[in-house]
Amino acid sequence: MSEMSPSAPAPSTPSHSFTRQAEPVLEIRGLNVDYGFGTEAVHAVVDCDLVLRRGQVLGLAGESGSGKSTLSMAAIRLLRSPGVITGGEVLFHPRPVEGESSGATIDLLRADEAALRRVRWSEISVVFQSALNALNPVITIGAQFDDLLKVHRPHLSSAQRWDRGVELLEMVGMTGDRLRSYSHELSGGMRQRAMIAMALALEPQVMILDEPTTALDVVTQREILEELMGLRDRLGFAALFITHDLSLLVELADEIVVMYAGRLMERAPAASLFRAPRVPYTYGLLHCFPPMHGERKPMEGIPGSPPDLRALPSGCSFHPRCPWAMERCRKETPVLTRIDASGREAACWLHSDGATVPTELAVADPGDRGLSAATRRVAR
Amino acid sequence: MSITAQQAATPPVSVTPVLEGRGLTKYFSVKHGRGLFAGTARLFAVDDVTIALAAGTVTALVGESGSGKTTVARMLAKIINPDGGEVRLDGKPVPHGRPRSYARQVQMVFQDPFASLNPIHRISYNLVRPLTIHHLGGDDVNEAVEELLRRVALEPPQQFTRKFPHELSGGQRQRVAIARALSVRPRVLLADEPVSMLDVSIRLGILNLLADLRDRDRLAILYVTHDIASARYLADTIVVMYAGQVVETAPSTRLTDYPAHPYTQLLLSAAPDPDRAEPPSLAGSGAPPSLITPPSGCRFHPRCPHAMAICSTTAPPSVTVGPGHASNCWLHVDSSRRVPDNPEVVAAKASSTSMRPSAAPPK
Repeated sequence: MSEMSPSAPAPSTPSHSFTRQAEPVLEIRGLNVDYGFGTEAVHAVVDCDLVLRRGQVLGLAGESGSGKSTLSMAAIRLLRSPGVITGGEVLFHPRPVEGESSGATIDLLRADEAALRRVRWSEISVVFQSALNALNPVITIGAQFDDLLKVHRPHLSSAQRWDRGVELLEMVGMTGDRLRSYSHELSGGMRQRAMIAMALALEPQVMILDEPTTALDVVTQREILEELMGLRDRLGFAALFITHDLSLLVELADEIVVMYAGRLMERAPAASLFRAPRVPYTYGLLHCFPPMHGERKPMEGIPGSPPDLRALPSGCSFHPRCPWAMERCRKETPVLTRIDASGREAACWLHSDGATVPTELAVADPGDRGLSAATRRVAR
Repeated sequence: MSITAQQAATPPVSVTPVLEGRGLTKYFSVKHGRGLFAGTARLFAVDDVTIALAAGTVTALVGESGSGKTTVARMLAKIINPDGGEVRLDGKPVPHGRPRSYARQVQMVFQDPFASLNPIHRISYNLVRPLTIHHLGGDDVNEAVEELLRRVALEPPQQFTRKFPHELSGGQRQRVAIARALSVRPRVLLADEPVSMLDVSIRLGILNLLADLRDRDRLAILYVTHDIASARYLADTIVVMYAGQVVETAPSTRLTDYPAHPYTQLLLSAAPDPDRAEPPSLAGSGAPPSLITPPSGCRFHPRCPHAMAICSTTAPPSVTVGPGHASNCWLHVDSSRRVPDNPEVVAAKASSTSMRPSAAPPK
């Protein structure tokens, strides 16, 4: 059954009414990933919890080496050696299907190859940063669609597979004749569009977008993101959007999680995170993007540089760069916890009992007044 | 929001520029066609670009990939020779080749600090080499190296001199690359995307270092970038390139607040801006054209939402639209004068140096 075919009307629950109420589709619990073994091991992801809800765009922001790609690749077991998953679980909740044993939850970390094969691409698909490396250079785009559909949709005839390819390319704003092209004949933007079409081919419920537009120019980036968000509204998939560009994420995501040195630092709805950050690192990161309007003011960025994972500072790994670091920050590592009644989550001792929160980190949360990007988009 | 008096009073090219490129043109030969019809075609990477760098200012060169901005920087550094036009240092043409005296005055910082430092030598060697080549070492080379490292805020310098490039972070490496460029005490620094390979949290540090070099040492700096927000932050003047040509030049805040060229407006509408209240509506669409067979007339006309008949036939003149603000667009030419063979307009086009605010006033 295919209730998500592109021509079908929008799902009955409009995707913008998601937020925190929508049911989870992918739950990552206590995920730990190391590179290497034993004493040599580098902890790339430590105790990460993420919940991706149906129809939601969850932004995962962090600098290079913060573990954001490792986290997502581990979650779908695409992590390559020497990466080792040392703990946690990744629960995928399939959509309940009528007439079948409804939605048995799968733990992807314990699933066997056959189960993974049923989930990957069909239910969870990935768009990588470098489309030139992700596409096969020696066969045409059409042949790659054909390969994919032959395996996953065996009942389709050759002509139907071709038609489906045309339909998918048109969905992402390309013309069907591009099926005859090789990847090197396409521009960077078109390659990425073809990748997105391919990721959507089996109507997945979750899309993992790993820096999908980082290598593209701003105009192409904007076009592709608009296309992608339009498809999200129409098809209702959930997206995990990974990028280092927090300013882009604020416009795009419903909820944002900030990662630093393998740990989650803060989780909040996009508008709240942007207007009222609670963690010094988020605050610093937001002040790394010069504004496009108003008076030009000197900005400082964040002093120092991201830590080497092989020699992490003790306690909170951000403390050497933090202007508000306390004695406790040098000794104990904070974990992501709820810090107020509205459900804001932060990993920072400044919000623990007895500590004084700096005024910069205590700005009133705009809450619903700062409408999320998705709501704005739909309201338009 | 208005332009401050100070910005209005200092048009970008009010003083004699230190380094100037006039009518720079560069084409590359590329293979074209298949089989029997194969041949070579010319790809015009840069077409008639004039740019001037004044002491104590940062000029940003902004454009998408393939717009020719790096090629302009490389021509100014004389790493590649222009096929047309000339490079002038202090108003005098520079002889062919790349004389050592030129390299001493004009230095380049490259995009990738992971590739631009010699990996098999220590930092001190990387920095001593230009000093030796240019006979600038003086009595105490080590002292000179430490002074350079202090200037780019790598302190204490003794900690860095014995290290290899791979032992430093990206930001530190880029600082070493800048220190190397500064070692010969140049007057012009050409920085080609100096922060695009670095983590966001350390980019501002490098930009502030460049601003400091401008203010303290009065360097003329060219900042090549695709990020218009960082150009606005750092630069005094922004030059926007599209498909190998300059389309707009203006003082930086003026350019972002009052963009006059449709392409600049498109770039600004596409740039990420969390402060935006409304979702952006893209001012145009499509992709940059082929530079082998560029569109006739204005190269932006196939994508331009305001395109008129004349745009597809005749290239627009450079029109002054404000103090220090020039835009190459027919929209700013009075409608009665939008005639392809209007001698006035053609003359204005011919004499226009596109970078100069004095050129081709529309009235």
